Amino acid sequence: MSEQRDFSAFVRHNPDGASSLELAVEGVACAGCLNKIESRLKAIPGIADARLNFTTKRLVVAWRDPSFDPARVIDAIDALGYRSQPFSIADNEQSEAAAARFLMRCLGVAGFAAMNIMLLSVSVWSGNVTDITPETRDLFHWLSALIALPAAAYAGQPFFKSAWQALSARRVNMDVPISLGIVLALGMSVVETAQHAQHAYFDSAIMLIFFLLCGRYADHAVRRRTRAAAGNLAALKAITAHRFAENGDLVMLPASALRAGDRILVRPGERIAADSIVITGSSEIDEGLVTGESMPRRVALSAQVYAGTVNMTSALTLKVTAAGEDTLLQEIDRLLDRAVTAKSQYVRLADRAAGYYAPVVHTTAALTLAGWLLGGASMHDAVMVAISVLIITCPCALALAIPAVQVVAANRLFRSGIFLNSGDAIERLADADTAIFDKTGTLTLPEPHVLNAGQIAPDLLERAARLALGTRHPLAAALAKHANVQTPYDDIVETPGSGIRTVVDGIEMRLGRPEFCGVRDETVAAATLQDPRASVLAFRNGDRHAVFTIGQSLRPDAAAALKSIAGLGLDIKILSGDRPKAVAAIARSVGVSDWKGGLKPGEKVAILDTLKASGRKVLMIGDGINDAPALAAASVSLSPICAADLSQAHADGVFLGETLKPVREAIVTARRARTLMRQNLSLAVVYNALALPLAVAGLVTPLIAALAMSGSSMIVMLNSLRLGVARQDCAKTISERVQPARIARTA
Amino acid sequence: VTVILYLLPMALGLGLAGLFAFLWALRANQYEDMDGAALRPLSDDDLR
Repeated sequence: MSEQRDFSAFVRHNPDGASSLELAVEGVACAGCLNKIESRLKAIPGIADARLNFTTKRLVVAWRDPSFDPARVIDAIDALGYRSQPFSIADNEQSEAAAARFLMRCLGVAGFAAMNIMLLSVSVWSGNVTDITPETRDLFHWLSALIALPAAAYAGQPFFKSAWQALSARRVNMDVPISLGIVLALGMSVVETAQHAQHAYFDSAIMLIFFLLCGRYADHAVRRRTRAAAGNLAALKAITAHRFAENGDLVMLPASALRAGDRILVRPGERIAADSIVITGSSEIDEGLVTGESMPRRVALSAQVYAGTVNMTSALTLKVTAAGEDTLLQEIDRLLDRAVTAKSQYVRLADRAAGYYAPVVHTTAALTLAGWLLGGASMHDAVMVAISVLIITCPCALALAIPAVQVVAANRLFRSGIFLNSGDAIERLADADTAIFDKTGTLTLPEPHVLNAGQIAPDLLERAARLALGTRHPLAAALAKHANVQTPYDDIVETPGSGIRTVVDGIEMRLGRPEFCGVRDETVAAATLQDPRASVLAFRNGDRHAVFTIGQSLRPDAAAALKSIAGLGLDIKILSGDRPKAVAAIARSVGVSDWKGGLKPGEKVAILDTLKASGRKVLMIGDGINDAPALAAASVSLSPICAADLSQAHADGVFLGETLKPVREAIVTARRARTLMRQNLSLAVVYNALALPLAVAGLVTPLIAALAMSGSSMIVMLNSLRLGVARQDCAKTISERVQPARIARTA
Repeated sequence: VTVILYLLPMALGLGLAGLFAFLWALRANQYEDMDGAALRPLSDDDLR
């Protein structure tokens, strides 16, 4: 198929004159794939460089010749059997990459400083109990200062900045006591060194920075990886459009490059790329993703159609209108604005802990100072003891307690095919006590399925499916997919709007509308008795015939998954935009008694608001554009990967695959993570509580401080890793872990 | 005691060398594709 394609929207022009294109590649699994793709692309004349990043499954291709057609790259990858899709990196992904590099540099500096200062400190500690001369000790302390001060100034930036931001907003976060601890420890050590004292805390301050940076970097890396994977999936399911050029030629281009006023062609089975109005043709449109309605809508001249809907029966020419011109989408936009601003600012567990912790510690330090002064100690000694209280209670373990668990939990969810957008989604997920499901596309599969396959002779089904491979019509595609056939028949003739036919072994076969296949109305009526809302596809093979009913079917594990989620103590409700009769049938078959149908987007949000007002923490699971406001308004939300972009953007997480099992998995993991977070917080507090009396009594030496800090940080990190260790419900999923990847490839 | 005078600068120098090597590797994008780097030696395009 030689079709013009226009990828100029994705091409980047580098300052050195070369152009480059970034692509998400699907199906890369081994060194062989990597090598095959790179060497094949480099063999194309004109390509200067091709490099596949195996971690992110992204490929960067660069060329110098301005006349080079990037479509050749995609064809070459296609010919090797991989699917690829160009995309432009989101701005936030780029700034995140820069932030990750900065954290890594800080980590390097802190690591270097920590090692070298420790070297000097261990010498001083052992010297102090043997025969170190005061001059040597001073030298070692000054050297430590020389390393520690610039290193802390550089590597401590992430904490200082965050603490400063919190303070200027008149809040306290965990970074405030951390920064205070670091600054005081360094300042006091310099003063002490100048007075030839025995103890300096350079090592403690730098170790603290190093440990905290480890936690922060891991947290950052996991979130970046999740986002990159989600970005690839989004790119691979990105919608393309066929636009009429000035001269009448048809050019394929990404939907994001469409402008208002463009004329586009949408063939049957294709997704409509932009909000537009019909200028020629008439067809049926599946609007499940937009309104939740499961019945196709008939459209004709000057009808409004929405982006994300699927053209079902015949080709349409559309004129693109500017987004948001229409009342439905405007309404959704308005609701979204309100939901996003009204979303009560969730206070994270870590910040709540910091809110309690900081005042307690600072008061203790002040009381210690006062106590020692009253007890007759010199100002110098009293200040020293007070500062050592601040250093020993510096919440190293507290600050690691939650991010460490988040990293392990996000990693585990990633492996089971759940990508979380935000770190605190885990905490909110664990708190959820009500689960609200959308119907169309969430409880049911996003694509139509053959419903009555069991009642049709297998040989007839197979032949019909092979014939169905000859067209892109969505109903035929459902049939072909159901029978899992690969070889199409030859010489297929398509009659637009009616069906397709071919002749095999002298016998004619027809697939399409009942009248096209000579199937009588009574036969059709008999077949649709069971599913009156299903679409019908007829098949004739010589004198035999069959009627397939094709419609929405439940996700394979919907009933079981809902039951097991209810078993976790969540109330389950179904809220749908589809008409009540359709919702009732689905609700009955999954065993949910609490449902509402025919809801407008605003009504969904209103129900959520009432629930929230009565103190419920609502988990919303939905996919349609009509669910986006509800997803934003819920306390936590998930979307299947087939969801509309707008919905995915407002959900806290996205899950892969055809089943609803990931929802349960997410809740279970989040709850275990919350338990571990609380355990970690208590561990850290107990640790500090043990060290505090020593500090108040003035017994803390740098050696004790170093042990206390590293020890508590280690314990907290090791405790977090327990989440990754398989338990009984986790062992089951190991065999299924491979599945999300496979489904992602076929999705 | 004089041993300190050259051992200390040596230790620091080695540490700094390590730090600069790390920063250089970071700048050269060597940490961008940790999984791919493990696979690249397996490709035998020098034999073709």
